[in-house]
Amino acid sequence: MSTSYVIRFVMIMTAGVALTLALLSTSWKDQTKLNESIFNKRAILGAVSDYLSEDPKEMSDDKVVEIFGSKVQQIALDMSGNELEEADIKAAGYKGGQPEHIDMAKEKKKPEADRIFPLYVFNSDKGKSYILTVRGNGLWDEIWGNIALKEDLNTIAGAAFDHKGETPGLGAEIKDNPTFPSRFKGKKIFTEDGTYVSVDVKKTGGTAGNPYAVDGISGATVTADGVDEMLERGIKYYLPYLNKQAGAQKSKG
Amino acid sequence: MAESTLTTTEKVVKVEKEPLFGKTEKKLLLDPLGDTNPITIQVLGICSALAVTSLVYPSVVMAIAVVFVTGFSSLFTSLVRNKIPKQVRMIVQLVIIATLVTIVELTLKRYNYPIYKQLSVYIGLIITNCIVMGRLEAYSMANRPWRAFVDGIGNGVGYGVILIMVAVIREVFGKGTLFAGSPIQMNIIGASNDEMAYLINTAAESGFGSLFAGYTNNNLMVLPAAAMFIIGVFIWIQRSYRPTLVDVS
Repeated sequence: MSTSYVIRFVMIMTAGVALTLALLSTSWKDQTKLNESIFNKRAILGAVSDYLSEDPKEMSDDKVVEIFGSKVQQIALDMSGNELEEADIKAAGYKGGQPEHIDMAKEKKKPEADRIFPLYVFNSDKGKSYILTVRGNGLWDEIWGNIALKEDLNTIAGAAFDHKGETPGLGAEIKDNPTFPSRFKGKKIFTEDGTYVSVDVKKTGGTAGNPYAVDGISGATVTADGVDEMLERGIKYYLPYLNKQAGAQKSKG
Repeated sequence: MAESTLTTTEKVVKVEKEPLFGKTEKKLLLDPLGDTNPITIQVLGICSALAVTSLVYPSVVMAIAVVFVTGFSSLFTSLVRNKIPKQVRMIVQLVIIATLVTIVELTLKRYNYPIYKQLSVYIGLIITNCIVMGRLEAYSMANRPWRAFVDGIGNGVGYGVILIMVAVIREVFGKGTLFAGSPIQMNIIGASNDEMAYLINTAAESGFGSLFAGYTNNNLMVLPAAAMFIIGVFIWIQRSYRPTLVDVS
């Protein structure tokens, strides 16, 4: 077979393959983007599962979209606690312009001072809660989570974690074992005198009466330390805004 | 002058059209379930068999994906087998496989996003699954399209059967459930209280009752090493039943 035949064959094959895949990808793009946004919304609602009538994991796609649309207010913040406009979000590289489009993985690569992040205010019948998004490093790859704070902006209402490649049965328990995130319920991030302490994930020592610590996972020290660090740093980003809100609340009441 | 009319009586030789599903096809489809099983006899495709089988639901999805990819890549390769320039033979095979795997990925992303997230790396790794390339080289390049297709399907199913068997053992003993994460999740064994992971159905709802309520999850089953042990046991059992296979591969 001559060289020109080989070249022709390869070129036709490449063109055919590229055309097929491009066609499929484009015609399914909209639905795929919708699927992705529903997946993310479901994860965010996972932090406030106590406030919902159904477990977000069991909810239908339409219900997730409906609840998110009607009960969740989306805000984008920068490191100084300023609320950002749609234009700012677009300027940061997110064409959709909505806080939900902010990609925490992308933000993590930027220098800390330049990061922006979303805040979700969930208005349920059982009260308002503030859902923060945090991202950090586990043992093998990145981990992330959503933490919901109660109206006092101090007590944790719920948490939900996910990971990219932690070990099943060990680090992966932060997501797979429902008892891990539930340990955070009722814990506090500020001490009585207003010092920010976040919630520690402890390896040893009891945490029963301690409102500022939860038990870790046996055999998953590095992942648990990763969660500890992720919470401490990630929640700290929101403090300028949260302190502003707390101040406003105090002056109102 | 009498024109000699040559009359040729054409004896119509009826070429027996080979049945669509004859003896060869049956052998191609059924052999990989036993005597030529890709995992236990050919020892191919082990990597994904270890990684994916911690849960049954992703394993079923993976098995379907591999059947699809092996079958259709065999079909397409066989269709162009005489036209592929020998200089780029393997590259063309890889392109066919990669295209099909990408189609699987796009389809999952479109129709079942949560499963796509769960399986994301492993679906891509089907491209490196030795079974697919192995069948292309060993059969599709030298056989006709329909037979190549059946052979691909047969090997994919042989792989899938082992995958699901390993996954059932790992999930039941490692987590006490079956089909966790899917709409038909069931709780098989283990206590149904808040401290046990993965329990969503209570004993009453699952219909199986909570057998052996004192059972504690075997954490070894959750790790890929368990799949290795289980496959080893399958190989042992299979070769004990069929001593002729003992020295194969």
